[in-house]
Amino acid sequence: MNSIILIAGARLQVVLLLVFSAYMLLRGHNAPGGGFIGGLIAATGFVVYAIACGTEDARKALRFDPGSIAGAGLGIALFAGVMAVFWGDALFTGQWLFIGATEDSKGIPLSSVLIFDIGVYLVVLGAILSITFALEEAV
Amino acid sequence: MDTSTPTRWITPAGLLPVLISGSLFVWFAQMIPVIAAGDTLRFVWEWVPSLGVNVSFYIDGLSLTFALLITGIGALVMLYSARYLAGHIHQARFSLFLTSFMLAMLGLVSSDNLLALFVFWELTTITSYLLIGFSHDTAKARRSALQALLMTGIGGLALLAGIILIGTTAGTFEMSQINAMPGVLTDSVMYLPIALLVLAGAFTKSAQMPFHFWLPNAMAAPTPVSAYLHSATMVKAGVYLMARTHPSLAGTDFWLWTLTIAGAITMVFASVMALRQTDLKLALAYTTLMALGALTLLLGNESGYTITAAVTFLIVHSLYKAALFLVVGILDAQTGTREANKLFGMARAMPITAAAAAIAAFSMAGFPPFLGFIGKELKYAGAIAVASEPILVAGAFLIASALMVAIAGIVSFRPFWSKSGDPIPNVKEAPWPMLVGPVVLAILGAFFGIFPETLATSLVNPTVAAIIGNAEPAKELKLWAGVNLPLFLSIATFALGFTLYYYKLKIRAVLIDMTTRGPSFDNGWDKLLLWVANGSKWLTRKIQTGVLYHYMLVTFGTALVVLAVTLWFRSTGIPAMGWPQVELWDWLVFLLVLLGAGLTILTNSRITAIAGLGVVGIGMAMIFILYSAPDVAITQLLVETLVVVLFAAAALKLPGLQREPLSKRWFDAIVAIGLGVVTTVILLKVTTGPIDRELTTFFETASWPEAFGQNIVNVILVDFRALDTFGEIAVVLIAAISIFALLRSKPEEEEKP
Repeated sequence: MNSIILIAGARLQVVLLLVFSAYMLLRGHNAPGGGFIGGLIAATGFVVYAIACGTEDARKALRFDPGSIAGAGLGIALFAGVMAVFWGDALFTGQWLFIGATEDSKGIPLSSVLIFDIGVYLVVLGAILSITFALEEAV
Repeated sequence: MDTSTPTRWITPAGLLPVLISGSLFVWFAQMIPVIAAGDTLRFVWEWVPSLGVNVSFYIDGLSLTFALLITGIGALVMLYSARYLAGHIHQARFSLFLTSFMLAMLGLVSSDNLLALFVFWELTTITSYLLIGFSHDTAKARRSALQALLMTGIGGLALLAGIILIGTTAGTFEMSQINAMPGVLTDSVMYLPIALLVLAGAFTKSAQMPFHFWLPNAMAAPTPVSAYLHSATMVKAGVYLMARTHPSLAGTDFWLWTLTIAGAITMVFASVMALRQTDLKLALAYTTLMALGALTLLLGNESGYTITAAVTFLIVHSLYKAALFLVVGILDAQTGTREANKLFGMARAMPITAAAAAIAAFSMAGFPPFLGFIGKELKYAGAIAVASEPILVAGAFLIASALMVAIAGIVSFRPFWSKSGDPIPNVKEAPWPMLVGPVVLAILGAFFGIFPETLATSLVNPTVAAIIGNAEPAKELKLWAGVNLPLFLSIATFALGFTLYYYKLKIRAVLIDMTTRGPSFDNGWDKLLLWVANGSKWLTRKIQTGVLYHYMLVTFGTALVVLAVTLWFRSTGIPAMGWPQVELWDWLVFLLVLLGAGLTILTNSRITAIAGLGVVGIGMAMIFILYSAPDVAITQLLVETLVVVLFAAAALKLPGLQREPLSKRWFDAIVAIGLGVVTTVILLKVTTGPIDRELTTFFETASWPEAFGQNIVNVILVDFRALDTFGEIAVVLIAAISIFALLRSKPEEEEKP
C-alpha cells in the first residue's frame, strides 16, 4: 500500500505501541498487563508497520528473524524457570531480589518471574510476526 | 573383506569389545560356585517406585548359563570380528553395535523386573536391526533389517501387554516373586490372554512357525553377527522367556500343546528346508530354526528329562552352531564363496579350520564322545517322557536329528574333505584371531562330552532347578547310559542321516522344485506390508480431506453430540435453570454480538464477514470488562484486532465468496444453533449451583504475600502456574513454526500412480 499518510502515521504508531508494550510488560505483576498482553501490543505495532511499509522494511526494522526471537524467548523463559534450582527450590519457583528495601517499601523488586514474563513477551511477539510476515509474503 | 592382504587389525575399536566381554565373562564365571551350591543372587535399585519399576538383577542357574554363553561366545566372536572387519570403514560402528547388543542381552537375562526385561528385550531388537542392516548400502540388508525389526517389534508389543497383565494379576513385576507364588497365573481368569501374549513375544523372537521367515533373511548381516545374535544368543531370548516364565505359566494343557505343536512343526520344517539350501550360511540358519523349535517343544513339558534335555541342548547348540557359523565366515572370507556346490577339498589349504569344523560337526550330528551325543540322547529320553504324544515327538526328533547328520556333512565334511570337485586354488589358512573362536568352541564341545559331570554340576543342574524347581532333580549327563531306547533311536538316526546325505542332491532338487512352486512366507510378508500401507493411505485420505469446512463441521458436530448426550443422561428432560440478573448494558452487548454474527452469516464479501466476526469478538471483550476481568479483555481485544488484520491480508488474495443461499445451509444451521443452545443451557444450569470459590480465595490471599503481585491473573501465569505457561508458549512457538512451514512449502506435485 503506497499511502504517505499511512506510512507517516504508522512510524509514529510503532514507537508509541512499542513503548506502551514495554510499560504493559513491566506493570503486569500488579496491574493489568504482562508478557502476553505486552507481546501482543508490540506485535500489533510491527503488523501495522508491515501493512504500511511492506514486510521487507518491517523485517529490517525488527533486525532479528521473528522465529529466532520466539526461540530466544522460550529459552529465556526456560532459564528463568530452571534458575530456581540454584537456590535449591523446585523448578519454576519465583526468585526475588529487593534492591534498597526498607521496613515500609520493597525497594526495586527484581525477580525471575519478570525474566520469565520477558520470555513470554518475546515468544508471543516472535510467533505472531513470523506468521504474519510469512502470510503477507505468501499472498 | 579380503583377509589375505595384511591389515593392521590391532585397533582400539576392534579390541576394546573383546576386553569388555572377556572381563564380564570372568566376572560371571566367578559366580559359578555360589550358583552351583544352589544359591541365587539379587541386586535391587528402585527406579520408578510409584509404578513398581525396579532395576533388579537376579542371577540363578538360568541367568548365569545365558550370561556365560553371551559373554564367552561374545568375547570369541568379537576377537574374530576384530580381524574379520579389520580396515572396514565402519568398524568402530560395528563394535559399538555389537557391544551394545551384548550389554542389552545381559540385561535381558539378568533382569528380575519384567518391565526392565522388556526394555532390554526391545534394546536387543534395535541393536539387531542395526547389525542386520550393517551393510546398509544394499537393499537386501535394509529390507531384512526392517523385516526383523517389525516382526520382533510386534512380538515385543504383545509381550508388553502380557507383562502388564502379569503385573496386575500377580501384583508385582518381580519375576522371582511371581515364580514363588504357585498357581497365581495358571489359576487366574487372565491365564489364557497372558500365555498367548507372552508366547507371541517368545515365538516371534525365537522365530517359531509361522513367524520364522525373518531369521533366514537376517543372514544378510556380517557372519560374526549371524553367529552371535542369530544363533547363539538373541534368538534364544524367546527360549529364555519361556524358561523364565515356566514355573508360573507351564503345567497347563494349553502351554503343553501350543509349545509342542509349534516346536515340532518348526523343527521338522526347518530341518527339511535346511537340506534345500546351497548357501552354507542359510543352511546353518535353518538348522538354528530347528534347534529353536526343539527347545520350544522341550520347554512345553515339566518332567526332569525334558528340561534337562532342553538345558543341555541349549548349551550344546550354542557351542557348535557359533563355531560352524564362524567356520563358514572363514570359508567365505578366504575363498570368496559359501556355495556348497563350489567348495570341495579345502582341508589341505586350511587344516585348522577343517579340524575345528569337523569337531563342531560331530557334536552337531550327535556322535559320541561329543557333547552333542549326550544332548541327543537326552532329547530322545525327553521325547519319550513328554506328556503329550511320545511317539510323534520322538518321530519328529528322529527326522530332525537325521537331517542334522546330513547337514553336518554338507557344511563341514563336503567343503573340506570331498573329492567330488576341485579345491579353489591359492587359498591360505585364516589368521589366528579368526581361528581362536571356532577352535575353542569346538574343543569345549568335545571336553564337555568326555567330562559331562563338570557341566552338569556347574550349570545344568542349577538351571534345571531354576526352571522346574527342586521337585524333580536334573537327570544325569552320561556318555554311556546303557543299552536303552534312546541308544537304538541314535543308531536309527545315523542310518537315516547317512542315507539322506547320500541322496542329498536328489532330495534338494525335489525340495527346490516344491518350494519355488508353493506359496512363500516372504512374499506374503511383502503383500501384507503393501496392504497395510495402502490401507493407511486410504484411511488418511478419508479423514484428512484438506477442506477446512469438513474439519470445522466434525469439530463442532462432535462437541454438540458429546455435550448434548452428556447433558441428557445427567439430567433427563429439561434441566432446572437459573435466570441470572441481566442489566441494560448486558442486553446492549448481546445485541452487538448478535448483529456481528448475523452480518457474518448473511454477507457475500469476505472482508465484511471478517469484520462481522471482529464485532463478535469485541462484544466478548466488553463482557469481560463488564465483569471486571481487564487482563482477559485486553488480550481478547488485541487478539481480535490481529486476527482481523491477518484474515484481511489473506482474504484480499482469495477469490470472492461463493455462498449457497441460506435455505440450503440448513445443516450448518442445525449444528451452529444446536451447539449454541446446548452451551447456553449448560451455563444456565451451572449458575444454579453454588460456585466453589476455594481456588479464587487461595489466589486472592496468597498472591501478595507469597508472590509479591497484586494482579492475580499475571501472578498465576508467571508464578503459580509458570510450568503451564511455559508449555503454552512452547505450543505457540510450535504453531508458529508449523504455519511458517506450511506457508513456505510449495504445493506437492501429485504422485503419479
